[in-house]
Amino acid sequence: MKKLINGVDTVVTDALRGIAAAHPSLRVDVENRIVFRADAPRPGKVGLVSGGGSGHEPLHGGFVGYGMLDAACPGEIFTSPVPDQIIEATKGVDGGAGVLHIVKNYTGDVLNFEMAAELSGDEGVEVATVLVNDDVAVQDSLYTAGRRGTGATLFVEKIAGAMAETGAPLAEVARVAREVNERSRSFGVALTPCTVPAAGKPTFELSDTEIELGIGIHGEPGRTRAPLREAREIVRTAMDAIDADLPLSGETLVMVNGMGGTPLIELYIVFAEVEAYLREKGATAVRSLVGNYVTSLDMQGFSVTTCSLTDELTRLWDAPVETPALRWGR
Amino acid sequence: MNTQFFAAWIEEIAAAVRSRRDHLTQLDAAIGDADHGANLDRGFTAVREALAAASPQTPGALLVLVGSTLIRKVGGASGPLYGTAFREMGKAFGDAAEVSLAELSTGLNAALSGVQRLGAAAEGDKTMVDAFAPAADALAQAVRDGVKPQEALEAAASAAEQGAKATVPLQARKGRASYLGPRSVGHEDPGAASTALLFGALRTVAAR
Repeated sequence: MKKLINGVDTVVTDALRGIAAAHPSLRVDVENRIVFRADAPRPGKVGLVSGGGSGHEPLHGGFVGYGMLDAACPGEIFTSPVPDQIIEATKGVDGGAGVLHIVKNYTGDVLNFEMAAELSGDEGVEVATVLVNDDVAVQDSLYTAGRRGTGATLFVEKIAGAMAETGAPLAEVARVAREVNERSRSFGVALTPCTVPAAGKPTFELSDTEIELGIGIHGEPGRTRAPLREAREIVRTAMDAIDADLPLSGETLVMVNGMGGTPLIELYIVFAEVEAYLREKGATAVRSLVGNYVTSLDMQGFSVTTCSLTDELTRLWDAPVETPALRWGR
Repeated sequence: MNTQFFAAWIEEIAAAVRSRRDHLTQLDAAIGDADHGANLDRGFTAVREALAAASPQTPGALLVLVGSTLIRKVGGASGPLYGTAFREMGKAFGDAAEVSLAELSTGLNAALSGVQRLGAAAEGDKTMVDAFAPAADALAQAVRDGVKPQEALEAAASAAEQGAKATVPLQARKGRASYLGPRSVGHEDPGAASTALLFGALRTVAAR
């Protein structure tokens, strides 16, 4: 497997050096692996910190900036960050109004953020945590680690970030973040596995005529394997799973997200089918994103994420944002 | 068992993790996210550096340092879980300069409790607990039977290895493999496999 890397052990730091060089609006602590807004901490504003394994770019570092995150902590590829990193980021963005941790629901992320929140609290920083768990492919039950956090992470970061810019207190920012998560659902499909640089070979094998349904964002196989069909049919499977879990209706924010290796033209084909499906259900895609936002290295495939909007959420979604990967209105 | 014994144990674990790195990663690729071997290798490399820099004077201090370093350097679930295991064991040993087999057994039980408290996993969930619990039980039984340390640690290591192998037919209920549902059946749990390496290293060092 060919990779554009200098070595498997320096993938994350080499990429961070690139992010630092490309984006002067960010302050990148390469040694401690933290991407800060250049102007952090902002006095009186709730700080937003997220993080997780690398390999999902632009998540999370690409969403650091005005109207979104104040800092991101990238771990190794598909490995959560460590508590030291998160504590350092938390202290670095605390402008006296407290810090919100946005955590995707994976055992490792939850454990490391929990430890960091506890220790940051000991050092006098007020921390609230919102857990993102939007993936309907996993049942939240005693028999799993609970639903995974996937595409809705972007929605939570954007909308909570906009709320924080208004000067709202920590409890209010956390409330709206949780509301976004509760109103969001995702489903992912893979056409190919991905290759983790340190592993050097694909995470699973899939023939040319098969797809994986219900994948996460770590190159893991999905819940089931199915034959490749027309995009329309694949989208229907994904949307049926979402609709069965939280019936689609009303004004909806929709993201068709590429997993990293799928051309944009195919994502638009998927979006057309998603939009048609929503109309069929009496829902309207009033806001949309199409592109590679929450990726899984070089995996081919897509995920679709929906969020049932309220006036407040629409207003916060539309508010200005200025980050490397998401920017409008400013 | 003195500080030197536990330092040798950690060295042995580091060597075992290094030589089994790709195997652990391949186990993880099948039902997880293909990083377990690389993560533990990175963690124990950091542990060796930390021990060389601090040269702790008691078994307890040494193991607490091992645990803190793993928590700080590994990430994922394995960092906090293994880190907590070593920290709890170290705390159980207190300031003692020497640890008896019975105290080692108590320490390993404290480690297991820490892991289960943090990860909320029970036996049969297809996690590291499936290797750890039988090993800790086997050691406790050996202490009650009054067998020699070498024999007791042999029993613990065998129990861990059998426990790891016995995860193959299980369906995962905790951790990332649980997302696969029934498809997690038929694969050895990578966390149980690395726990078996830990107990294997203990046997190796005791046999010297």
